[in-house]
Amino acid sequence: MTATANPPAAAKPKSDSFFRKALRQKRFTFGFTVTLILIAFVLLAPHFAPYGERETAGLPFSKDGVFGTDYLGQDVLSRLMYGGQSILLISVLATALGMVVGILIGVIAAYSGGWWDEVIMRGNDVLLAFPQILLALVVLTAIREPKSWVIIVLVGASHAPRVARVARGVALGIVSRDFVVAAEALGEKRSRVILAEVLPNMTGPLLAEAGLRLTYSIGLVAALGFLGFATDTGAANWGLMMKENQLALSTQPWGVVAPVLMIAIFTIATNLMADGLAQASQKGD
Amino acid sequence: MTQVATLPDPLEEVAPPRGHSGGAAWALWLLRRLGLAVLTLWLVSVLVFVATAALGDPVRAILGKDFDANVARREQLQGLLNSDHSLVWRYFHWLGGLLSGDPGTSLANQQPVWGQVSANVVNTLVLVLLAALVMIPVAFGIAMISSHYRRKRPDTVIQTILLALAGIPEFVIGILLVSVFSTSVFHWFPAVSLPAPGERPWDQPKAMVLPVLTLVLAVAPYVSRIVRATLLEVLDSDYVELARLKGIPENVVMRKHALLNAIVPGIQVIALQLAWLAGGVVLVETLFNYPGVGFQLVDAVRNHDVPMVQLLSMIIAGVYVLVNLVADLLSILLTPRARTAISS
Amino acid sequence: MTDVTATTQELKVVSKGGLVVEDLEVSLTGRGVDVVDDIDLVLAPGEVVGLVGESGSGKTTVGTSLLGYSRAGAFISAGKVLIEDRTSGAVRDVLKLPWKEVRQLRGEEIAYVPQDPASALNPSIRIGKQIVELLELRGIGTAASRLQGARDGLAEVGLPTDDEFLRRYAHQLSGGQVQRVALAMAFLPKPKVLVLDEPTTGLDVTTQKMVLDTMAELCRSHGVSALYVTHDLAVVANIADRVAVMYAGQIAELGPRDAIFANPSHPYTRALLDSIPHLSQARALKGIPGRTPSPGSRPEGCRFNTRCSFVVDACRTTVPELRTIAPDHQVRCLRAGEIGAWDINIGTVPDSDPGKLRDVILSVDGLNVFYGRKQVVHDVTFDLGKGEVVALVGESGSGKTTISRSVGGLHKEWTGTLMFEGRELARSARKRSAEDRRRIQYIFQNPYLSLNPRLTIEQIIRRPMELFGLAKGKNATDRVLELMEQVALGSQMLRYQASRLSGGERQRVAIARALAAEPDVMICDEITSALDVSVQGSIVELLEGLRQSRGISMLFVTHNLALVRSIATRVEILQAGKVVEAGPVVTVMETPHEDYTKKLLSNSPRID
Repeated sequence: MTATANPPAAAKPKSDSFFRKALRQKRFTFGFTVTLILIAFVLLAPHFAPYGERETAGLPFSKDGVFGTDYLGQDVLSRLMYGGQSILLISVLATALGMVVGILIGVIAAYSGGWWDEVIMRGNDVLLAFPQILLALVVLTAIREPKSWVIIVLVGASHAPRVARVARGVALGIVSRDFVVAAEALGEKRSRVILAEVLPNMTGPLLAEAGLRLTYSIGLVAALGFLGFATDTGAANWGLMMKENQLALSTQPWGVVAPVLMIAIFTIATNLMADGLAQASQKGD
Repeated sequence: MTQVATLPDPLEEVAPPRGHSGGAAWALWLLRRLGLAVLTLWLVSVLVFVATAALGDPVRAILGKDFDANVARREQLQGLLNSDHSLVWRYFHWLGGLLSGDPGTSLANQQPVWGQVSANVVNTLVLVLLAALVMIPVAFGIAMISSHYRRKRPDTVIQTILLALAGIPEFVIGILLVSVFSTSVFHWFPAVSLPAPGERPWDQPKAMVLPVLTLVLAVAPYVSRIVRATLLEVLDSDYVELARLKGIPENVVMRKHALLNAIVPGIQVIALQLAWLAGGVVLVETLFNYPGVGFQLVDAVRNHDVPMVQLLSMIIAGVYVLVNLVADLLSILLTPRARTAISS
Repeated sequence: MTDVTATTQELKVVSKGGLVVEDLEVSLTGRGVDVVDDIDLVLAPGEVVGLVGESGSGKTTVGTSLLGYSRAGAFISAGKVLIEDRTSGAVRDVLKLPWKEVRQLRGEEIAYVPQDPASALNPSIRIGKQIVELLELRGIGTAASRLQGARDGLAEVGLPTDDEFLRRYAHQLSGGQVQRVALAMAFLPKPKVLVLDEPTTGLDVTTQKMVLDTMAELCRSHGVSALYVTHDLAVVANIADRVAVMYAGQIAELGPRDAIFANPSHPYTRALLDSIPHLSQARALKGIPGRTPSPGSRPEGCRFNTRCSFVVDACRTTVPELRTIAPDHQVRCLRAGEIGAWDINIGTVPDSDPGKLRDVILSVDGLNVFYGRKQVVHDVTFDLGKGEVVALVGESGSGKTTISRSVGGLHKEWTGTLMFEGRELARSARKRSAEDRRRIQYIFQNPYLSLNPRLTIEQIIRRPMELFGLAKGKNATDRVLELMEQVALGSQMLRYQASRLSGGERQRVAIARALAAEPDVMICDEITSALDVSVQGSIVELLEGLRQSRGISMLFVTHNLALVRSIATRVEILQAGKVVEAGPVVTVMETPHEDYTKKLLSNSPRID
């Protein structure tokens, strides 16, 4: 028997996709735009560099060129243009690694609950006891010249426990909701429940966390460069440049200040972007 | 005054907490928590040891090309590290030494590690303490101003600035401060601190300013944002709304009702940041040549000085665990709900 | 003191200590759209006025406006709230007073008791301090006199007055106790007017009765006038002297309680009364088609015209005024008086026949349920017949939801025997066979949590079909459309995300999802408790239709005894995890044996 009733009036208007919601946050638009511009710069600038990466352009710490020369006489501007690629690549990959591992750990802990949750999170706490840079430094003690993948793994591994904590927090709020219980009552496979029911409802906060992690990745990789731990000590690397040119800070500051500003702008942009994503995810349904 | 007729027993469900058994329950909880902290520290020590001793050969790292050539030096180093013993033996040997006060000998200068570290530990503690003392009132103050102007122009401006600052790595902030206030624009403060041997860094107060300022700028924005978010959440809560509806003046609402409930999350985030500082000092001290554990750690890593790195890592990790424990304790003491939950 | 013009009648009311609301309008900031409009109310001293409405009616907004307060995002755009000044005796308009005086007024002359007991009190301050806080700030009395006043106030609401109790924190009190503390707090400064915002929502029937009795007694003895804001007509029938019914921001009908219930004249009031179940007789509950329009999307003309069964063309263009159709009885309807008399007995149906033959499909034997080491359900036994509805009734903590979750396999820590068509069922749903899982379906209480907000309606409803191999692809979509029609959801909603639907619509989707599996048994766990009364009516109407056409058996969990009468064949009354009384609905409700059942029945607010 059909219930005799007119179909109800139109439901709420179709809500925008997450991306569109994010675009409405001024912070996100600004941060995202600047980030895109910087990425374009990093990727394309080497084609426009006036000098080669290791080419001598003049005397060390001279004022020739837009930003002068560095400790070896190489053109600072050109090195600036070359210097972002490795940082960007390593940061992005490290972030991706940290996010994937961290989300897996956090969601599985939240979903399993009980004893498993305890064990996983206690183990997580041990990793969390290390400030991020400390973990990298400790491992680098025994390695002479770290390869790129080592740095990626180290930075990613330091992100993973932090991401796990956040992911678990978000997941806990979802796994107890009735629609997840309903899926289990239907007998859905556990993996399907996680992939189809839990994860899709976490995209907002996870994207925001990814933006934040990217910000920290850039900072960490640059910091490692600043401390002298880079894969190829001759190549242009913003962090390394800061260390190399430190001596001339009072006379030829651009050797240091130029890469410093690049890193500062980059991290400001990614952080604003991450915050915009966080704001958009809070204005949810 | 009329009595309301036929009301059931007013002392229905909730029995009050009893004082006597409360004490025992507290002790038990504290014990559990301490036990957990100790367990974490132990696991950390395993991780530190494995990371330094098992992932690569530090002797090879130190000697580089001389590994095959300089046999004498190689054997000396391997002797210091007990390389001929198994990994497990070496771990427990080291752990035993750590607990009994002899955490090994430096590979760089063959001196016991502990003596070289103790002075620097104090230096770092002073630096962090100063930074915290400045940071807390500044962060809270900004948060309260911002939430007072909530959603209006001043608030948005402040928050955007804080947000921008929050993402910048601490050493970048340091370098920018140095170039502005020390080398290029103004020349107010020295760029590095160079205490003479036997002198303490704070004997030259001007040299302390920039390092402290760097740490404050690195940490305060995040704390301020969280405190503001908590304040706003509390200000929007039902009981604050009711307080307003009861007719209570706004400043009392702010002080008594709102701030009180915002303190606990504030403490948690401060503790988190203090713990973060334990790692943040690494870069800042290196930048300013400040003689603390961070500076020493970087030096030791560059020299592949394993015993030194092991000790310093344990110290830093230990501080982190301790600060978190204290923060947990404080937040429970300050939340009546959690307090009574433990006693019963 | 601002100059206030008021009618002589209003002056009369106000000068005796009452309050008058005139032409009140509250609008949303920045949108030029009104939340409530054209509100006129008179609160005489010592009288309780019930302000009734469903969600979206604007009743809470009216309530807080009396204190000159509006939520963030709204502001009071027009009207007057007239009250007598305590000291000078002149008449004042609350809405025109300077801010400092409004604050003075709040608490001392107009007091507020909020809805949610748990969030009303500051969790970090002891209750003794909170009770006297206002007096302390105003410098009224001495510390000793204030403390004594607090103790007296607590005694008046039937709470202990010793120091130990005063030193407690809010979380150490039960919901009923907190609400009574809130009442004591409100009465302490001896206000003239009390505004209560659904203060008994979420409380047990017994506690609710106690709080209501306390409030009524306090009002009468202190000569305080009260505005009681609620959605529950049954409660209002018991405590209000006069009733105002609100719809979409306007007052639809206003009058003495007896007049409203005996002769409801607005179609909305009638529809509301039609959707409410009674304790004394079974009824065929009906809902109101459509949903309440939100501010900004309200129709032209009469705001109810899109859902009204008496609508004529004039209703769509003319906004009706409040007309007086009887002494003190006003209605906002163009057709008031034309639509015939109303009889409470319309819609009465015979009770289910207790003697009918039963074919048992599901039986529960010796069920004991545990949470960890704690046992919450003790030795429960009952069975469910084909095409039958068995109600599990109890207050919170009675174990009714726990039992239903165990039967549904959502909770696995239980012992006992569960037989479905003669086969024993495993404890958790995962361990049961796919067939058994398919044939027993579960519907949750909170429609906002039971659907994945990211999925579309189509995806939600077809999942069981795909999972149990009942249909695939286009076939499945066709079936989904059929089901949507059966639960009265428009086919245009097929691709809507669940987050766009209202509570009632979501619950229909949940029912459609359950039906998609083609079950024999549906376990309904308080599925209407989170919904408005009229929406509840339509859901019940739907379920009854399904039961008759498909022969589905239902285990219906609820705390609402009146609802049981209209929907169930048999009932199990639960208390603290045990079955106190059981049997056919008619027998148990007409001739209860146990004291607990009698207490439940007498504490439930009756409309009839």
